[in-house]
Amino acid sequence: MTDEQAIAQPAQQSHGRATRDSSANASLRVLAVSIGPLIAALVVGAILLLAMGFNPVSYYSYVVQRAIFSPSGLEATLTRMGPLLLIAASLIVAFRAGIWNLGGDGQYLLAAVFVAATVPLTMNVLPVWANLLLGLLIGAVVGAIWGILPAILKAWQGINEIITTLMMSFLGVSLANVLVKLAFLDPATTTPQTRTLPVEARLPRLFDTATSSGLLIGLFAVIAVHLIMTRTSFGMRLRLVGANPRAAVHAGLSVPTLTVAVFAISAALAGLSGAVDILGTHGNVRADWNPAYTLTVVPLVFLARLNGFGSIAYVFLFSALTIGGESAARRIGVPSFFSLVIVAILLITLGLAEYLDKRHQERVRR
Amino acid sequence: MQAPIQAPAASVPAPSGAPVVALRGVTKRFPGVTASDNVTVEIRSGEVHVLLGENGAGKSTLVAMLAGLQQPDEGHIEIDGAPVAVTSPKQALAMGIGTVFQHSMLVPSLTVVDNFALGGVWWKRPDRAGIAGRIEETAKRLGLRVDPYALVSGLALGERQQVEILRALMRGSRCLILDEATAMLTPHEAVGLGELMRRLVAQGIAVIFITHKLNEAIAYGDRISVLRLGRNVGEIGPETLRSATDAENTERIIALMFGTSRAGEGSRGEHRTRVVGDSVLQVENLCSEAGRVPVRDVTFSVRSGEIFGIAGIDGNGQKELAEVLAGQAQSSAGSIRLMGREIGGTSVGDRRKSGLRYVTDDRLGEGTVGIFAVATNFLLKDIGAAPYWQRGIEHPEEIRRQADRHVQDFDIRTPGIQTPVGKLSGGNIQKVLLARELTGAAQAVIFAKPTYGLDVNNIRATRKRIGGAADAGKAVVLISTDLDELLELADRIAVIDRGSIRGIVENGEGARDAIGRLMSAGDDR
Amino acid sequence: MALFTQSFVITLFLGAIAAGIPLLLAGLGEQLSEKAGVMNIGLEGMMLFGAYTGFLAAWASGSPSLGFIAGAGGGVVVASLMALLCVRLGLNQIVTGIALTLAAEGLTALLHFVQFSRTYPRLDGVAPLPIWPLSEIPFVGPVLFNNNAVFYLAIVLVVVFSWIYRQTHLGAALLAAGDKPAALDAAGVDVMRTRAMAVLITGALAGLGGAYMSIAVAGVFVPFMSHGNGFIAIVLAMLARGRPLWVLGGALLFGGSLSLTTALQVAGIDVPTDVIQMLPFAMVMVVLLVAGRKAALPQALGESFVRGAR
Repeated sequence: MTDEQAIAQPAQQSHGRATRDSSANASLRVLAVSIGPLIAALVVGAILLLAMGFNPVSYYSYVVQRAIFSPSGLEATLTRMGPLLLIAASLIVAFRAGIWNLGGDGQYLLAAVFVAATVPLTMNVLPVWANLLLGLLIGAVVGAIWGILPAILKAWQGINEIITTLMMSFLGVSLANVLVKLAFLDPATTTPQTRTLPVEARLPRLFDTATSSGLLIGLFAVIAVHLIMTRTSFGMRLRLVGANPRAAVHAGLSVPTLTVAVFAISAALAGLSGAVDILGTHGNVRADWNPAYTLTVVPLVFLARLNGFGSIAYVFLFSALTIGGESAARRIGVPSFFSLVIVAILLITLGLAEYLDKRHQERVRR
Repeated sequence: MQAPIQAPAASVPAPSGAPVVALRGVTKRFPGVTASDNVTVEIRSGEVHVLLGENGAGKSTLVAMLAGLQQPDEGHIEIDGAPVAVTSPKQALAMGIGTVFQHSMLVPSLTVVDNFALGGVWWKRPDRAGIAGRIEETAKRLGLRVDPYALVSGLALGERQQVEILRALMRGSRCLILDEATAMLTPHEAVGLGELMRRLVAQGIAVIFITHKLNEAIAYGDRISVLRLGRNVGEIGPETLRSATDAENTERIIALMFGTSRAGEGSRGEHRTRVVGDSVLQVENLCSEAGRVPVRDVTFSVRSGEIFGIAGIDGNGQKELAEVLAGQAQSSAGSIRLMGREIGGTSVGDRRKSGLRYVTDDRLGEGTVGIFAVATNFLLKDIGAAPYWQRGIEHPEEIRRQADRHVQDFDIRTPGIQTPVGKLSGGNIQKVLLARELTGAAQAVIFAKPTYGLDVNNIRATRKRIGGAADAGKAVVLISTDLDELLELADRIAVIDRGSIRGIVENGEGARDAIGRLMSAGDDR
Repeated sequence: MALFTQSFVITLFLGAIAAGIPLLLAGLGEQLSEKAGVMNIGLEGMMLFGAYTGFLAAWASGSPSLGFIAGAGGGVVVASLMALLCVRLGLNQIVTGIALTLAAEGLTALLHFVQFSRTYPRLDGVAPLPIWPLSEIPFVGPVLFNNNAVFYLAIVLVVVFSWIYRQTHLGAALLAAGDKPAALDAAGVDVMRTRAMAVLITGALAGLGGAYMSIAVAGVFVPFMSHGNGFIAIVLAMLARGRPLWVLGGALLFGGSLSLTTALQVAGIDVPTDVIQMLPFAMVMVVLLVAGRKAALPQALGESFVRGAR
């Protein structure tokens, strides 16, 4: 399955192996529906830039140049992808099973804080690889723990998980700040932050580049999640629960158990994302730091129709936009928030394109 | 915005013969099908006009067009002889066409009065006392009893339907469409609806009664139009209907519906040739508090090759009993033994593995997943089982092979095995369920209302399957609200009432009366 | 106890109101949307955009009133996108809401950067409208009857919404749109229009709430200043189960705990803000865990309506 098909394939609805469009006409349409909105979004973005007095051509070419065609930029783009891909994997598991885990930010940040608090202390006792493994494990476990309460409330009390995960997220972000400021403070610095993991004790870099191997962890997680959801009996059970919980009960599945399992996996992946970000890039957590990845990745996985390979493509695009955007902020003066605007516009144009495509198909069939 | 409630239309009985509403050469196409094909029907006041046809014959499409939900591609609708375009439900109402849909169109969280008031000027207070007065007045005129201040969620389905009929009349409907109105009703309520229809036409209302049930069409209709594959294939007028016997009318209608006479094909009595073997399923003193109706002290046993029928008015614990037997609901006391082994405490999956199968009546709600492929729906209860999965990894080849076999063996009409099951017709979805439950190592099969909502052809096919399962030596539990079905298929018939078994009757001479006595004996409400 | 001095209590209550009014306005709006069957996750974006447009208008015109109106208008702009995409085109409500929030965050931060990043203008605040003679009552007067117009409007809205839900055709229509849209359609009321209207009103209220934050409370516009308030308002609306009075109570509770830090600092006690901010969330989670009641949400919440669909 190529990426292109993956993006175009409505993975949530189609089931198993979708029938493939063989005619050239159909693939052209698919191409138009997946590429058209991207172009439209960039054009709308260009108009916005013009309106604010910037030259869109020089902005876009600078972003592409910095994020993809310069070695250091590309390395930064790829490194940024690691945690984002793990968040994407976390969301794909949950959304495909029909569970709205919107609490990824809390799960991510708490995991990051616990990892940052532990690994600088254990690095003197453990070899580097064992210390990193411990860090990843802590991240996954802390993330999963923060997902337990919404899971229990959803599974046995039927309480809407959107409320509970959002609340646990706020709670988690505040708790993480409290921990950084009060419990895990680095005594050696005056700014409130945790101890710092030295660069040589962090995740190894790939080959001779500055790209963190967190990228590999992220890629592995997304592809594994994709294959599990589409090719295994476990994934099938989760999709059944997501599509029709009553049918799942009728088929003899334990919906509460599966719900808890989904939460555990999803939250653990979000926690792992925090661990990878600390172990690979940041080395510590400063007070009031919160990259708030989850809500930005939600649109990305939906743009990819919850398809793992499509998500990789969109995460790459977003990562490049933010890395390039951060450089552009320094050089051209366009704030890096612009990448948020592009993602939002892209989601809207894609939704419109899908709607128009559906209407077009209906009209053709008549 | 117009006032929501109007005075009832002046009930001057228009002379029978002047059409109030007419469809003229109406055609409606959907992707892949022509749902209505050049249909012409005239609806006259003072008549119950039955639109009779199998599922997929195009009845619902005609209703949708009359109710303003869909517009015809060709042809037009006439009201009082003048062509009109009915483009919205609101417009249909304004033209005097009221529709009572099969599925309730009342808001459950509102009271009856507030449901009637829906659509009023937004900032005004609903005139609750006034509307309640008119509800009671209209109800009295039709011999109904309705509490205007009752919350709709607290009403029985039959009561909700009466409320909807009242509402349509109070909005000035001269033509009332009842879409599959008896499908959700108990037999008793259905008879009540039949009487109500007679009273309505006596007041000059034109009633369109949509059904796929032959006996109801003949019992309540003044005029019957038979639809087949989207076309109006024939009409039987009041004179013919009245002058001929029911048997002759049945013959004539069946000839129209299928193109040939298929009456007298009943298989009554055939099952008695079966060899009944050892006891397979034994249920003793089974109780459950899990569902809406508690199951109380149910005891019966079913032998191999035997069909054990459970009769009763819908909603008397049948669903709950089936779910406790299948393991979907917890039992609180008693035992269930399959082939001598206690299975009362085991899970749904374990019971299935030991040979217990359950064909649910809620085919789309829990039996299948509409957006999943047909091939996947065959396996919903065997996820992870070999050879379709090996160590948790799916084997598409095996899944496809099984699906192809099922589609052929069970004559499932589907564009392909990857088609989402929700796109199939009700009869074909039932075949998907039957294929899933009747194959493999089934020992005992529970059927819950297996022919409910199916058309004549599929009812026939399903009954054949049930008989076939028993012929193959399986123990069959057949839960049905259709007494004729039970008398045709079952060896013994139990009567269930409020969660308890009232008695068990051997099928044969006098069984119908015995069952009737058991049903009414329990009816001390 | 020395802690409960008059100034402490008044600071606490005024703080609770300042932090609670935006929550109340947005929460009332969200409740309206949810009744009509639209899960409005874009609330945060509507607040933020309202905060920006409100600030801009108040700053440019010098009139806070114009600012409030512009803030409501800003919320409506975002809401109209939401209505178009979710109600009219039937796109996924949660994803669209998140996208609109992201768009509002990015766009307002950009615009703020372009316009104000060198000057950082401040507004003077809003003159209170004391309701004499009630404003002279000790304690109660300064807290309740010496506020700006938006505060009074918000309180009046609680009563108005309660009345609408129980006593008008509109209330029944909203309930039907969320509970059984097909029934409303069959009754001849346009479901899309009812839902779209609910979403637009939500936008106006959320935008007004945002403008209250930037004009009346902070006096400046700061990027991302809504700071999760929109999401808190969503939680409030869901927990209030359709009752406007519960939104008021919840908003004051949350607002109170947010202002508790400031009040404690006035009293000379230093508690980290984060600890206090955790309190209301922790409290709600505990209540949910112990009481374990099912949140009663409309049947058709989050589903787009297609006429005649099965």
